[in-house]
Amino acid sequence: MKTESHQDSLEQKGECAQCPNRTHAAEAEHDGKGRRRFLNYLLGTGFGATLIAIFYPIIRFITPPMIIEATQNSVTAGKINELAVNSGKIFKFGNKPGILIRSASGELKAFSAVCTHLDCIVQYEPEKKQISCACHNGQYNLSGQNIGGPPPRPLEEFVVNTRGEEIIVSKA
Amino acid sequence: METTPVNQKNIAAASTRSRFRALKLVPLFALLLFATVSAQKKNSCVECHSQMEGALSEPVRLSKGDVHDARGLSCVDCHRGDSTKDDMAAAMDRRKGFVGKPKPSELPAFCGRCHSNAEFMKIFNPRLRVDQEREYSTSVHGKLLKSGDQNVATCVSCHGNHGVRAINDPLSKVYALNVAETCGSCHGNREYMKNYNIPNDQFDKYKTSVHAKALYDKQDLSAPTCNDCHGNHGAAPPGLASVANVCGQCHVRQATLFQSNPHKTVFGLMKVGECIQCHSNHGIMPPSDEMLGVGEKSACTQCHGDGDSGFAAAQRMKTSMDEMVASIGRSNDILNRAERAGMEVSKAKFELNEARDALTQARVTVHTFSPDELDKVLGPGLATSNKGYAAGGDALAELSFRRKGLAGSLFFILLLAGLIYLKVREVEKRQALRGQ
Amino acid sequence: MNAETVRLWLDDRIGIGSIAAVARKKEIPVHRHSIWYYFGGMTLFLFSVQVGTGILLLLYYRPSAETAFESVQFIVTEVKFGWLIRSVHSWSANLMIATLFIHMFSVFFMKAYRRPREMTWVSGVLLLFLAVGFGFSGYLLPWNKLAFFATKVGTEIAGVIPLVGRPMLRFLRGGEDVTGATLTRFFGFHVAVLPAITTAIIGAHLMLVQMHGMSVPPGVDNEKVKRMKFIPNFLLRDLIGWVLAIGALAALAALFPWELGEKADAFASAPAGIRPEWYFLFMFQTLKFIPAKILFFDGEVVGILAFGLGGLMLFILPFLDKPDKPRRKTVITVIGVIVVIYIVVLTIIGYLG
Repeated sequence: MKTESHQDSLEQKGECAQCPNRTHAAEAEHDGKGRRRFLNYLLGTGFGATLIAIFYPIIRFITPPMIIEATQNSVTAGKINELAVNSGKIFKFGNKPGILIRSASGELKAFSAVCTHLDCIVQYEPEKKQISCACHNGQYNLSGQNIGGPPPRPLEEFVVNTRGEEIIVSKA
Repeated sequence: METTPVNQKNIAAASTRSRFRALKLVPLFALLLFATVSAQKKNSCVECHSQMEGALSEPVRLSKGDVHDARGLSCVDCHRGDSTKDDMAAAMDRRKGFVGKPKPSELPAFCGRCHSNAEFMKIFNPRLRVDQEREYSTSVHGKLLKSGDQNVATCVSCHGNHGVRAINDPLSKVYALNVAETCGSCHGNREYMKNYNIPNDQFDKYKTSVHAKALYDKQDLSAPTCNDCHGNHGAAPPGLASVANVCGQCHVRQATLFQSNPHKTVFGLMKVGECIQCHSNHGIMPPSDEMLGVGEKSACTQCHGDGDSGFAAAQRMKTSMDEMVASIGRSNDILNRAERAGMEVSKAKFELNEARDALTQARVTVHTFSPDELDKVLGPGLATSNKGYAAGGDALAELSFRRKGLAGSLFFILLLAGLIYLKVREVEKRQALRGQ
Repeated sequence: MNAETVRLWLDDRIGIGSIAAVARKKEIPVHRHSIWYYFGGMTLFLFSVQVGTGILLLLYYRPSAETAFESVQFIVTEVKFGWLIRSVHSWSANLMIATLFIHMFSVFFMKAYRRPREMTWVSGVLLLFLAVGFGFSGYLLPWNKLAFFATKVGTEIAGVIPLVGRPMLRFLRGGEDVTGATLTRFFGFHVAVLPAITTAIIGAHLMLVQMHGMSVPPGVDNEKVKRMKFIPNFLLRDLIGWVLAIGALAALAALFPWELGEKADAFASAPAGIRPEWYFLFMFQTLKFIPAKILFFDGEVVGILAFGLGGLMLFILPFLDKPDKPRRKTVITVIGVIVVIYIVVLTIIGYLG
């Protein structure tokens, strides 16, 4: 068997063919070089693919998603120009419904829309300028206080702010 | 905490000293006691009756929680007589105005002497009504009493005679939670009521009702009991044409819808009691969708038969309702499936509640008895429910995508592991060849 | 510029040549039990997965009682591949503790803790406690009902220890009860305190391992045993294991995603059948079996002190096992087997019950 340095230098120079003293083992190794290069190529590709498979999700992960945060403490309830004076609308606040009201005087108010009697969704009554619940005729005033019917507690009031055209409702 | 021997001696000495100091206060107490006793009005009624046995001493015992007693009123304020006299004949002198045990027919006036006097009642409770006596005279009890029936309920039957409590006192016989039992003590007693031509099962039926469940189980004091529909002093069954008004005190929307409906006129002509025709009066059960349509438990088929427009309308409405219920069921199922498989669908599940709301609204709108009106409410509900179904489908699709992604990645990962293994083999073979 | 110039540049400035020389010289003994040598590296790999996924989760997680649950829900529903990162983090934590146990027990049974490797063992036991601390503190962070009550029960048990118990409980909980303060505190432990300490001790542990080389189990001749080079042979094999671990984590995340649960409610009663994570289960189950009173001592206190004693024994194990006392060696091995069986059996009982 040839010594390491001799074989290597031969391989480097590509002069294997000229060497008269070839053993099976050397031949095997020589053939193996092609295989080795192929294997290395596959391995490199495999590693590269795995790295991409790891880093692609990571890159997508660190890119901020469409909804930028868990909208639980505040939510955009609507646009000012979409809410007429003396009218109300139901919006989603986290996983509970809320009611957004623009009073006759133009003031914006927001409350939890869950009736404190039996959890029906309340609505705004423009004629009476009150919030009422259709299920058992519960009545609330525009401070959320229960003023008529069975409801035992007032409606939870939220804080309303405006940002440009948008109405932002947040927990008190 | 331990006390040292020195401390214990001090404590003993201190307690002896304080005992002596206390004795000095005894004459002062005696003086105060005498003053209090003499200042309190003499009440010979209490003095004698408290020493009697059985029923005769009951009034004294009961007066402790009595609302009249708490306001400084006592025996003579109702029964007249003279409580300063120890002599029985003098204290209970009918010639001087003593009223013993009033007869039932005398009771309304007996109580009404004060309770119908606005000037007098103002002193004690300005907000208390003063028309109970007048109302009572319009009631069935009052009318029967005037005609000579001494068995009917009078003031004391419900309020008690002695030991009367305020109506918001939970121990009062007419506290919201106790009203039904009080009324039922006569009306549910078949023996007692055998001469009257009315049913005896009201209390029993009421106890099974959804109102009773709300009142007793959920302690919702806004739930109706006997007096909320029948009135308390003017107690009478509501007239046939006023049933909707009575139920409509709480069930406003249903009543309004009914009253603007042809059924109101028809029921009036047929002398049928509006709401109770379908919902019954005392044993009111939670309504079910089976009451709609033309099935076995349907309320509509009580009057409508195959071929008339009402029958067809009932069928249409039931079909729409069933479709809605089925849609919500399907959406709920698929969302649950997605959730069990590990997908996050809590938002979609919450939004499905809007569809459930629409269903609740629809069950109210049924009282228009108009399939078109019903569809107007169910339409948006179905749309919401379908959105929920789609969300469930999306979640399952995402799950499938993840699993396919996993399968693909696993293939490549295993391939890579295999390649590395081949590399190891190759490296070691080379090392062996080089004699390493 | 090629690899050679870069290498020379780095060697000149930070001396990587010497590090590389050490690495190239490192050899691993090859014998019947060589398979156990992989578990230390696997634990380290899974730990780095934890650090990586943990840092990513930190970009979105919010450590307050009002927002924690919602932020995890947000990660799992809104953030792209958030479900993957979160589930990998939770699963890898469990896998890491499993491989850590295997690593520890294999070192134990192969007696690799003996002189001169006592400090390696001691640092390893410290790492065990740190890992369990990571697990306990991290478990609370999603702020769901299960986590809330697990923390409540766990800190309650700690509070039972005589003398130091109550102060320790108050320190852990940030107050008398489990509240948002506990969450914030646990978050601080989990992302700052424990990582800092663990990094230092891992560094020491690894350094000691390189210094002393790999030990051979008793019965293997250290002079004559065949050895394979660390680079590239053992490292490539390590790599196979790590690649397979990635595959396992991906499969677990996609097929058995980690539950979100329900948001914690301090006023709700404990859900039925509550129990801690599997690596605490055998202790929890033991405490359930201990009678309420042993002599005049509180059963629970005896149990906890017994476990404390066990932990201490674990710590000082290298100083107990003396090679000149062969009977003690057998006793220790037998005790080790009993302990493993005990842990396995009680964990199974804990799951069945």
